[in-house]
This record gives sequence, structure tokens and C-alpha cells, in this order.
Amino acid sequence: MRRLLFALVALMLALPAAHAVQPDEILKDPALEHRARAISGGLRCLVCQNQSIDDSNAPLARDLRILVRERLQAGDSDQAVVDFVVARYGDFVLLRPPFNAHTAILWAAPFVILLGGAIFVWSRRRSLPAPGAVSRLTEEERRRLDQLLGEERD
Amino acid sequence: MIVEIGHYALALALGVSVIQALVPLWGLSRQDRALASVGASAALISFALVALAFACLVASYVRSDFSVANVFENSHSAQPLIYKFTSVWGNHEGSLLLWVFILTLFGALVALSRRSLPPRLRAGALATQGLVAVAFLAFTLLTSNPFRRLSPAPAEGQDLNPILQDLGLAIHPPLLYVGYVGFSMTYAFAVAALIDGRIDAMWARAVRPWTLLAWTFLTLGIAMGSYWAYYELGWGGWWFWDPVENASFMPWLAGTALIHSLVVMEKRDALKVWTILLAILTFSLSLLGTFVVRSGVLTSVHSFASDPARGLFILLILVFFVGGSLALFAWRAPLLRQGGLFAPISRESALVVNNIFLATACATVFVGTLYPLALEMLTGDKISVGAPFFNATFVPVVVPLLLFLPIGQSLAWKRGDLLGAAQRNLAACGLAVLAALALIAFTRGGPVLAPLGVGLGLFLVLGAGFDLGERIVARASGWPAMLSRARGLPRSAWGTALAHAGIGLSIIGIAAAAWSSEAIAVLKPGERLTAGRYTVVLESVVPRTGPNFRAEVARFQLFAGDRELAPVEASKRVYTARSMPTTEAGIRTDWLSQAYVSLGEAQGDGLAVRLYDKPLILLIWIGALVMAIGGTLSLTDRRFRLAAPRRAAPLAAPQPAE
Repeated sequence: MRRLLFALVALMLALPAAHAVQPDEILKDPALEHRARAISGGLRCLVCQNQSIDDSNAPLARDLRILVRERLQAGDSDQAVVDFVVARYGDFVLLRPPFNAHTAILWAAPFVILLGGAIFVWSRRRSLPAPGAVSRLTEEERRRLDQLLGEERD
Repeated sequence: MIVEIGHYALALALGVSVIQALVPLWGLSRQDRALASVGASAALISFALVALAFACLVASYVRSDFSVANVFENSHSAQPLIYKFTSVWGNHEGSLLLWVFILTLFGALVALSRRSLPPRLRAGALATQGLVAVAFLAFTLLTSNPFRRLSPAPAEGQDLNPILQDLGLAIHPPLLYVGYVGFSMTYAFAVAALIDGRIDAMWARAVRPWTLLAWTFLTLGIAMGSYWAYYELGWGGWWFWDPVENASFMPWLAGTALIHSLVVMEKRDALKVWTILLAILTFSLSLLGTFVVRSGVLTSVHSFASDPARGLFILLILVFFVGGSLALFAWRAPLLRQGGLFAPISRESALVVNNIFLATACATVFVGTLYPLALEMLTGDKISVGAPFFNATFVPVVVPLLLFLPIGQSLAWKRGDLLGAAQRNLAACGLAVLAALALIAFTRGGPVLAPLGVGLGLFLVLGAGFDLGERIVARASGWPAMLSRARGLPRSAWGTALAHAGIGLSIIGIAAAAWSSEAIAVLKPGERLTAGRYTVVLESVVPRTGPNFRAEVARFQLFAGDRELAPVEASKRVYTARSMPTTEAGIRTDWLSQAYVSLGEAQGDGLAVRLYDKPLILLIWIGALVMAIGGTLSLTDRRFRLAAPRRAAPLAAPQPAE
């Protein structure tokens, strides 16, 4: 029971709500604000599940949003802001994982699978006997006949 | 007493399911027809017992019997009746019971379809199905008993999680579960075919209606969940690539591939081994989805139950059914002979390409969802895989498939003409490109990819329409002839066209999201806020009391340009039992677009308000609805009525294959 209550409380804290970006956080310069939103969309709210800090109403997400805006106002480039946050929180904060030794499989998987599937199908295609391979067809027919007879018996 | 009856019925159902799982297999191996047919009666009895148990739990909820722990934890006497009812599956234990209820319902339907299935196939499928029921009934009874009593009985319940007190979420789980569990039927048929050692077009014809049914419901369930997230979570997002969403999306992708490979198998007796594998994988992904959601291994908003013992039990179920069926596949599949040859350029090949792309798309979601877990277990590194990853990998895999779809659809069976097929789509392609160019010119300086996305969506809609039109118009002269041709087209042809057009509509809606705009401000009564085409003026903020919540309701006048639309209300609620806040967005539908208002914190004497202009957003879900209608139409196709569960119908003469 206590565990369940704890889970529910934890869930409530992580619950999304409408607040996300607060009016008082918004920068006066629309170009800077636009960049801030784009950067925030790619940074994970560390205490939430799979939510960006742009979508989250958790206090930590708000702190990070303000931090991003402070760095931008200080004149940092987008990359410098992201690097600054990663230096503090690690790669975990990036919703788009960087390509490195640990994530090579992740990034390559879709394309390797697609290629592998295509090659597999292509090689199977060639190994199929040419149409009109007589023995195969009769075997097929006999199998079907057996099956039809089998169904009759059932 | 009702509660004990329910509990007892559930335990009995477990016993009956054991009989359903074992006796038919024994009968099959001894060639004993009487023993083999026990499965049908067992499936019917098991369904009746689980239905009784389910009814008992529903009764406990409706009567607010808080002596039942499950009711106490998830219901409240002040809840509206409809939510008392839907609270039954708004929690771990109850939703598992619903899962088993649907599973045994499908078993009963198979048991009733006596005449239309080969008896050996039916016996094997019912046995497999019984085995799945045994696993999940044991899981329910041993780890997640919904009938556990509390003593002394509390006077009041703890209320259902407020974000689940919503009609959309009330029907989301049943839809999704019919989809998940429906795929257990294809799985059962695949295992039965492997045990039997033979498989043919008849098998495909028997399996396809179940697959279509499951797919249709899964489509609706996913769309419903997505729309719910859109209006309930309050920031207008509708898909988050959340692990739980991915868990339902993977079986959908695999199921879509399965529907297409079943067509090839039914018409041309080809791709048998692959189809069997796909049938096994689709249900395995459904089980994985259940595991992901129920174990809380990748916790998220949706996982309202986290308990390691349960996680381990489901993991064992998963390993048993996935591992067991794959082992059976490895052992028996070489016995299945491939039939039906076709040229490299043909409808069959097009559907093989479809399957490669869909399988890759599914694998992409799979890897993206489980990779962080695997990496953390192996190396201890924590990474996040979120929407940007999926946009960068999933989209490039799916776009070529969609571009190719209308062309593949116009290829002939057996041996096709690629150039001819491309030419037949020239008009659709030309119109789509023109529309995209016009949009680029019209929205100069705006997002570039959005017009291309709209063009792609249009290409799919037009391609589906023209393909259908050609089949009606070709070789018919005059309206009466066309009308009769239209009527003569198999319903599955209409279904296919609608499903493909539905994808196109959804893609237009998704692409148009790039043109949405957002504005955030602190408003006092009388002040206005503009986003895109819409302007709201805050009229008043008033308190209101609901049955089990207090709300603060903000009323807005809404304008689209100069035109005044009906006013819109957004509110913030606090559910008293859990003192938990939720937001209710104010949404006004304006043709296919929506104005979306949601409230933030009060700031001074003002209120934080966010307004969104969401152009054409409704198309996303309308597209899914059109897909589901297409699935339903295909399901009612004449040639499936043979396999449809209808007991009284006389044995129909076999329909000639088209």
C-alpha cells in the first residue's frame, strides 16, 4: 500500500501540465526566444519521463529553461549553450543522443536493417527455381491433394 | 459475496483454461477427434467464467464497495457513474482482467466458428489460446488479484487518477486491448500451423479477418490515445515517442506488414514462412507492450503500476511465449514449402518491399525504445532517446515507402509493368507536386518541409482515389455500367483505397503542424492574446464545483480574424480526494483547424494563458478514422464471410479466388 502511494506521489510530481514555459521567462528579443525554444525542445527534463524541458512544468525544467536563456543573453551560440548543459548533466540530457562508440549501433540500426533486409530478399529471389520446374509443381500438387483428402477425412 | 463469486469464477477459469490448453494437443497427437474438440467447449466455458468475474468487478465498482482494495484505491463515491464504470480498467488489476476478458472472448468466437475452419487448425489455435489464457489468469490471480478484500472496509475511496477521469481515456484501453489481444489470434493460428506442419492460402484466409479486426481496433486505440494526450495533457502535443506510445505503435507497424503479407499469401500462396514469422512477432510485440506498460520497466505517465514481482512474472510470460514460438518456428518452418513464384516487378514484389520497410520502421522504434535500457544494463551509461532521434531515423525509412505506395498499388499481380504503373500515377503525382509548389510560393519564408509533406499526403489520397476510379471507369461505358462496376468491386478494394487515403490525410495533418503558432501571456479580464489566425479576449474567471472536483473556469471570446466564433472555456481543476490539479484545455474546432487555449498559474491579478493555432490538426485523427473504416470495409468483404464466426450459417460453397 505504502509503495503504491509512493508510486502515485512520484507520478503526480512527474505529471505534465499546461504550464511549461511561463510568461515571465520569455525573452524580449523574439529571435533569442525562438532559439531558446528550439534548444529547450532538445533537452530532457531530468526528473520527468521522456519530456523536454520545453514541455515540462517541473521546477528543475524551469531552472534549466532560465539557464538556457541566460546563456543566450550572455551571447553564447546554440552549440555552446547545449555543451554547457551537457557538461553539467551528461549526455542523458540530450533527447537526440550524440553519435559515438556507445550509440553507433543505435544510429546505424535502422539503415543496416533496411539494407540487410533488401540484400536478404534479393539473394532469396535469385535462388528461387525458374518458373516451370516441373518436379516442384507436382510435389506441390500432391501435397495439396493430400491436404484436401485429409480435410475430407476430418 | 459478489466479490467472492468473481474471485472463484476467475480461479475456475484458470482450471478450465488448463484443460483448453492441454487436452486438444493430446487429442491432436493421438488423432482423437473427440479429445481435440474439447478445446471449443472449454473456450466457451472459460469465456463465461471470465465474463462473470468481470461483471462482478464492475458491480463492485458501480456499488462503490470499498471493502475491495482495488475499488478503494481507484474509485470514489462522488465519481460520476460513467467513471465508476470505467475505473474498472483505469488501474493495473482491472485492466488485466479486461485483457483476459477480451482474450477469452476471442477464444469463444473461434470456438463458435465451427464450420469455417479446418478442425486441426482450430484445435491447435484454441490450445495455444488456452495457454495464453493460463499465463495471464495465473498472473492476475497470483500477483494482481482485483478481488482482494480490505478489513475493516474504508468509508471512502481514494478516487481514480484525475487525468484518467475522461471519456477519451475511458474507451482508449478497451480499443487498444482488442487490438493487442486480437493479434493473439493470429499468433495462435501461426503456432497451430507450425504444430500441424502445413499452411496454405486457406490458412491466410482464416487468419486475415482476425488480423484486420485487431489492426482496426489498434488503429482506433492509438488515435484515441493520441487525441486524449492532445486535449488532456494541455500543451497540444499529440505524439511524444514515449515508450508506452511506442509499445502500442510497434504491434501496429508489424500488424500492418502482416495484413499486406497475408494478401500475398492468400492470393498467390507465397511468403508463407515470412508471414508465420510476422504473425508470431506481431503478438510478441503486443506482449512486449504489455510488459513495458505493466512492469514499469520504462516508467512514464501511463504506467500506473510498478512492482518488481509483477515485472518478473510478465518477463517470464514474455520469454516463454516469444522464445517458445520462435523455437517452434526454427524447428518446423523448414517443413513449410514455399509456393507461388512471381517476377521481380509485380504486386507481390511491391508488397515484399512494403514489408521490408515496415519491418525496418518497426525495428527502428524497437531499438530506439529499448536501447537506453540495454545500454544502461551493459555499460551503466544513461542516454535519452527522444523525439529528435525518431524524427531523424523513422521518417527517412517511412517516406520512401509512402512515395512508392501508389505505384506499388497499381502494379499487376505475378508480372507487372513498372513504367505503366508509374504512368497511371502521373496525374496524382502531378497534382500533388503542383499543390506543394503552390503552397511553397504562398507560404514563402515559412517552413519548407511542410508543403512537401502536404504534397506527399495529397499524392496518397489522390493515388488511392484515382486507382479506384480507374477500376470503375476502365472498360465501362456510361453511368449505369460504371455504377454497377463500382458496386461490383470487392469491398476489400474500397477498404484498401480508404486505408491508404487515410494515411495520406494523417500525413497532411502532421505536416500542417509546422504552421501552428503559439502565444503565451499574462492576461487580465478584457485583455487579448493573438496566435496565428486566432485571438482570444479573457472575459471572466469564475469558480465552479464539479461532483468530485473544484474548478477555476476562464471564459474567452474567440475571434478568427474579424469573425467571432463561439466562446471557449478553459479551466484548472483540483480533484479533492487526491488534491491533485489538472488542466482542461479549451478547444474550439474551426473546420479542420482548432484554436486551443490552456491556463497556467495565476500571476498577480492576471492569469497565464497559452493560445495555439493548430491548422488542419483534426486531419491527423480523421485520417486514422478513415483507415479504421477502410479496415472495417475489408473485414466485411464477401470472401471473409466464409471464415467469419457464424454458427448457424450453412457451409457455403468455396468462393473462387480472384
